[in-house]
Amino acid sequence: MAAATSMVTSSSFTFPSQGLRLPTRSHPCMKPQRRFLRKYASNVITATYELKPPPYSLNALEPHMSRETLEYHWGKHHRTYVENLNKQVVGTDLEGLSLEDIITVTYNKGDILPAFNSAAQAWNHDFFWESMKPGGGGKPSGDLLDLIERDFGSFERFTEEFKSAAATQFGSGWAWLAYKANRLGVENAVNPWPSENDKKLVIVKSPNAVNPLVWDYFPLLTIDVWEHAFYLDFQNRRADYISMFMEKLVSWEAVNARLENAKAQAAEREMEEERMKNEEEWKPTDDDDDDDDDEGLEMYVDSDDDSEAE
Amino acid sequence: MYLFSTWGKKESSRLQMALRSLATRKTLTLGLNSRRLIQSRALQTFSLPDLPYDYGALEPAISGEIMQLHHQKHHQTYITNYNKALEQLHEAIQKGDSSTVVKLQSAIKFNGGGHINHSIFWQNLSPIREGGGEPPKGSLGWVIDTNFGSLEALIQKINAEGAALQGSGWVWLGLDKELKKLVIETTANQDPLVTKGPHLVPLLGIDVWEHAYYLQYKNVRPDYLKNIWKVINWKYASEVYEKESA
Repeated sequence: MAAATSMVTSSSFTFPSQGLRLPTRSHPCMKPQRRFLRKYASNVITATYELKPPPYSLNALEPHMSRETLEYHWGKHHRTYVENLNKQVVGTDLEGLSLEDIITVTYNKGDILPAFNSAAQAWNHDFFWESMKPGGGGKPSGDLLDLIERDFGSFERFTEEFKSAAATQFGSGWAWLAYKANRLGVENAVNPWPSENDKKLVIVKSPNAVNPLVWDYFPLLTIDVWEHAFYLDFQNRRADYISMFMEKLVSWEAVNARLENAKAQAAEREMEEERMKNEEEWKPTDDDDDDDDDEGLEMYVDSDDDSEAE
Repeated sequence: MYLFSTWGKKESSRLQMALRSLATRKTLTLGLNSRRLIQSRALQTFSLPDLPYDYGALEPAISGEIMQLHHQKHHQTYITNYNKALEQLHEAIQKGDSSTVVKLQSAIKFNGGGHINHSIFWQNLSPIREGGGEPPKGSLGWVIDTNFGSLEALIQKINAEGAALQGSGWVWLGLDKELKKLVIETTANQDPLVTKGPHLVPLLGIDVWEHAYYLQYKNVRPDYLKNIWKVINWKYASEVYEKESA
């Protein structure tokens, strides 16, 4: 399977684009007539979305997750999401966007647009296969373990909390370990003492196709708790499936690599914001600005002092 | 809510009787225990209703394996967790612990809804030799033709809605008692039909959670939806319709 150019390949290790700086309608990639567009955007090649196989053969996770499950889960469910995504995207403004950009746009702050389910589920399943490996399980080490112990108390408590999130997601959905780089979203306020300690690991669960990209977190690990993920092997015994996943399948290498990537991206994002803020400070006053001062940081003031100046 | 009293299992009604006699005895003893009296009188536990047919009786439309798991595991778990949540709710109310009361709402909705919905579902199905699949006669048959054109059109619409439902949920044929018409609705997870409208009465519900069909139909939910009509119990739906539209 020629997966090298697949968007789905690169999506596992790329992270949310900064804010919502998506190509505008005048951008060449948004021209509706061009199909099967290839463009470069931050050294990622876009193309129509392909079904990428898991990084192991379909029977490699036996006896914990059967070949039959992989055949249906990857071969039917995941494949259908990708096929539907392509159908829903072709000839629309979404065409040519990265998978993650499609997810952000179609999530639409919760008022989801039709392609969201296909796009997010295509991404989620890729991420899921890569979260597992034959002979997986055990414990993480190094920075990852340190962070887990810092943010959850101990690896055991992390495991309990993760398993509980997975077990209590009502209906279909996912449980996640994610890296949250704390950013205050309020326009005119600044975190006065930003530090490494503000960035932390969190466990979250999400329904149906939703994933932490929509909350601007960096996903590190996921478990699929839709019934199709475990019903052939475990029937109703979801808790057993979750335990098996933790003990036998989790690929801590993948989680580690994602964490390093996440930390790097978070740092890069901060530097970018710092740089932009400094640019703002040094910019000469524009005519279209209102009469706010341009002395560096914009401060929020309680009352409008202009009224007193009369 | 009327479902529980009409179908109260033998055990459930025996339990209620026992609690009542306990309550009576307590009034004779000590007024100081009035708090505990209220507690024992109010708390009803629910139990798994028997299926009116064998697990294998709906084959080949729905396999015996699915029916057994669905009834003995899934439905039973909803009931167990519903009872647990109600008990915790009861305690929290007594203690005036509002934050626990509010926290329990989602567990009650989910598990209580699961119990309500599945209790209806077992009645919506019936083996072929007992009339499963036979089209509705009488007033329901007539109002279906009037509202939807034909039974086939209704089935197509329900199946389309059921197949399009993302994730877990139910597809319903309901009666809007206020507007006096039939509606097709879907609900997510275990939300009962009434969450879509206070005047909606469920006539027929089809479970489209994956556990309802996966072992047999795998990812092909449309095939499950096509086949289930062979065992749909229109007699029950007609009875409910006649009673509720009276």
